[in-house]
Amino acid sequence: MKTLPAADVVIIGGGWTGLLMAKELGSRTALSVIVLERGGPRKTDDYANSMDELDYAVRLRMMQDTSLETVTFRHSSGHRALPLRQLGSFLAGSGVGGAGEHWNGVCPRFLPDCFELFSRTTEKYGSRRLPDDHAIQDWGVTYDDLEPHYARAEQMMGISGKAGNLRGKQIEGGNIFEGWRSAEYPTPPTKIPYYSALFHEAARMLGYHPYPIPAATTSQPYTNPDGVARPGCFYCGYCERFGCMVGAKAQPTNTLLPVIQKRKNVSIRTGAWVRRIVQQDTKNGKRARGVTYLDAKGEEVFQPAELIFLASWILNNTRLLLLSEIGEPYSPDTGKGTLGRNLTHQVIFPAVTAFFEKPLNRFMGSGSAGVRVSDLDGDLLDHSRLPFLRGGVLDALSLGYRPIANFGVVPETVKAAWGLEWKKAAVHYYDRTGIIVFSGEHVAYKGNYMDLDPVYKDHFGDALLRLTLDWRDNERNMAEFATGKSVEIARAMGAKEVTLFPGLKRYDATRYQSTHVQGGTIMGSSPDRSVVNPYLQHWQIPNLFVLGASVFPQNASTNPTLTVLALTYRTADAVVDHYLKSPSPLA
Amino acid sequence: MRRREFLTLSAASVGGVLVYTLDRQVSRLSAGSAKSIRIPLRFFFQAEALIVAAATSRIFPGDETGPGAREAGVVVYIDRQLAGPWGRDRYRYTQEPFDEHAPSELGYQGKAMPQQIYREALKDLTGFDLLDTTAQDEKLKQIEDTLFFSLLRRNTIEGMFCDPMHGGNIDMLGWQLIGFPGPRMSNYDDVDKHFGEAFRPKPASLSQVTRGNVRPSEDEV
Repeated sequence: MKTLPAADVVIIGGGWTGLLMAKELGSRTALSVIVLERGGPRKTDDYANSMDELDYAVRLRMMQDTSLETVTFRHSSGHRALPLRQLGSFLAGSGVGGAGEHWNGVCPRFLPDCFELFSRTTEKYGSRRLPDDHAIQDWGVTYDDLEPHYARAEQMMGISGKAGNLRGKQIEGGNIFEGWRSAEYPTPPTKIPYYSALFHEAARMLGYHPYPIPAATTSQPYTNPDGVARPGCFYCGYCERFGCMVGAKAQPTNTLLPVIQKRKNVSIRTGAWVRRIVQQDTKNGKRARGVTYLDAKGEEVFQPAELIFLASWILNNTRLLLLSEIGEPYSPDTGKGTLGRNLTHQVIFPAVTAFFEKPLNRFMGSGSAGVRVSDLDGDLLDHSRLPFLRGGVLDALSLGYRPIANFGVVPETVKAAWGLEWKKAAVHYYDRTGIIVFSGEHVAYKGNYMDLDPVYKDHFGDALLRLTLDWRDNERNMAEFATGKSVEIARAMGAKEVTLFPGLKRYDATRYQSTHVQGGTIMGSSPDRSVVNPYLQHWQIPNLFVLGASVFPQNASTNPTLTVLALTYRTADAVVDHYLKSPSPLA
Repeated sequence: MRRREFLTLSAASVGGVLVYTLDRQVSRLSAGSAKSIRIPLRFFFQAEALIVAAATSRIFPGDETGPGAREAGVVVYIDRQLAGPWGRDRYRYTQEPFDEHAPSELGYQGKAMPQQIYREALKDLTGFDLLDTTAQDEKLKQIEDTLFFSLLRRNTIEGMFCDPMHGGNIDMLGWQLIGFPGPRMSNYDDVDKHFGEAFRPKPASLSQVTRGNVRPSEDEV
């Protein structure tokens, strides 16, 4: 195997976290930084011709090629896992920018108590209230630790929104339940389309506190602190599963890449498929020596590096550590091992489908233009008399309805699913239908985890990652409760007919839920219960850091990107200010 | 190379206006004329294409409220999709072992690719296009729980509402039917107006909007 010239830093993965770390290290140090991205190159103006629903949103042109690699899935450890032969319940991205290119851009902060979930919940309700089989943990960081980094991430992306809590002062019209903010949002809220406006009015009438969703589809032209300028959103409605054709939606390629490209010490290698992180024993313990990867020509090479960041999305972060035999794989039987534990998704579903008399003009919008209700989130309700812990948010997004995905939905009174009666009803209701989506917290359980599959391999012969995952009663009861609340709002919006979500049964890997998957390489304050320390540094290998939502001990109900970026900023500071001066454990 | 197959359609065989696409060129036939058109096929044999055209027009019929799958060229769309990467499972994970009896929450676990699923199922529908519409509906009811039918229904909706470059939604008939304007670059001035009233800008296709050369996925080799 050919050995390449050594680099100071290797970053595995060229998405949000990998490119943010590359930008920070590239700008603040003279280190040589190499980003290894297994997908193809991308640039800001790649998306001018991408407004094609079929190729992008249905055939998933921007997503990971499952013919090369996928994951296997089973509902419990007693079952045989089978490969997800096509992407379904989540959409892993590929190429420079990763999933940060095709996101919708909904960009909230997490509630402060999410970071201390175990302590706060047991303090209030006692440990006996925790679900059986739970694996809930504190993160090892607090909201206060993260606040300045949240603010930086918002400024980098130019997030549009309205503060609901400025330095402790509640502000009506924003999310009054959010944690304290040191500053107002960088740009004002997006425009609110008709459907979302109906929801806002109805929710307010019912006593909720609706507010405009924090949006990375910026409401007006914006120049960030790095000097990168983007235009405001045109509300074309092609965000989710697309790259933004005008660059209004913050993406790694239009916020981070322009800075990185000016840095001579940073290079991005595409088509670089990392297969192993190579470790060695030294007299001070283990360290990582570098990585092996297949380059764009298919040749396997060794890239030595002093410092390695694993930033390749949730599932591949976990898989690459398992394949590299770094850390102890988690066993649900013994409870031993930490690598692969605490796999969570998100309790997300269309709680109600509402049919209206008037047309809604739903083709107009953006991925994050809409209204959210947070009154049911976190621990805001008193759960002592509810059959579940934690909660979630209700959203009326106007993300731009496109016809292939949305045509054919009819009220339950229409029994046919094809033919003339169905066609007439589907044509009539096409632009008279809206959904209220619930996004709820998925807490961690001992039995939901990841390991290597014993049967199925990727294109190169390496074992696939195996997911073992199912819902528990906490999620099912939460879903039923949220559905009831959504129906009340839909009725108040003037819906003539409503269809209720049928309830969570078994986890359905074919229904798109969200790309908010978490866990596997979780952070925490003890090496016995986590893979990385609160600075995202590997407990056993101090020159290896892991970035991304794989470090979340559990899901936190709302969209994860801002928290992922805030944690990355915090790690960048710890590396530049402390680690580089004395390369050793930071915690 | 197989012999070049065509779908030959005569105007007299249908009522109303038929619009079909010959590659990127739209051809129109009206019921009164004696003309016929020959559409080159990429995957189907002509007999198969006639069955698919008939079946999709029962799933999504044209009627007095607007056009359906026949008028929008859905069969042309499906033919091209089957010949392209989707029909060949280019991006699906196809390593063994397969399990045809897997729980539905794990998605399709079979070995057959869309090309094979269509070809097999169409054998059992020989002569379908010659039945009257009541008998056609009966036949489709018998198979409506099959994997083939679920693909056919899904592909019909795709062919009604895809960008016209993919062969379906000819003349943007599908978009006009539901008031979808296609890829409209800016709704900035309208997104927070027209509350409660239909706002229906004239549809434009992707190539009209971008004036660029867009390459549809079915043309990938």
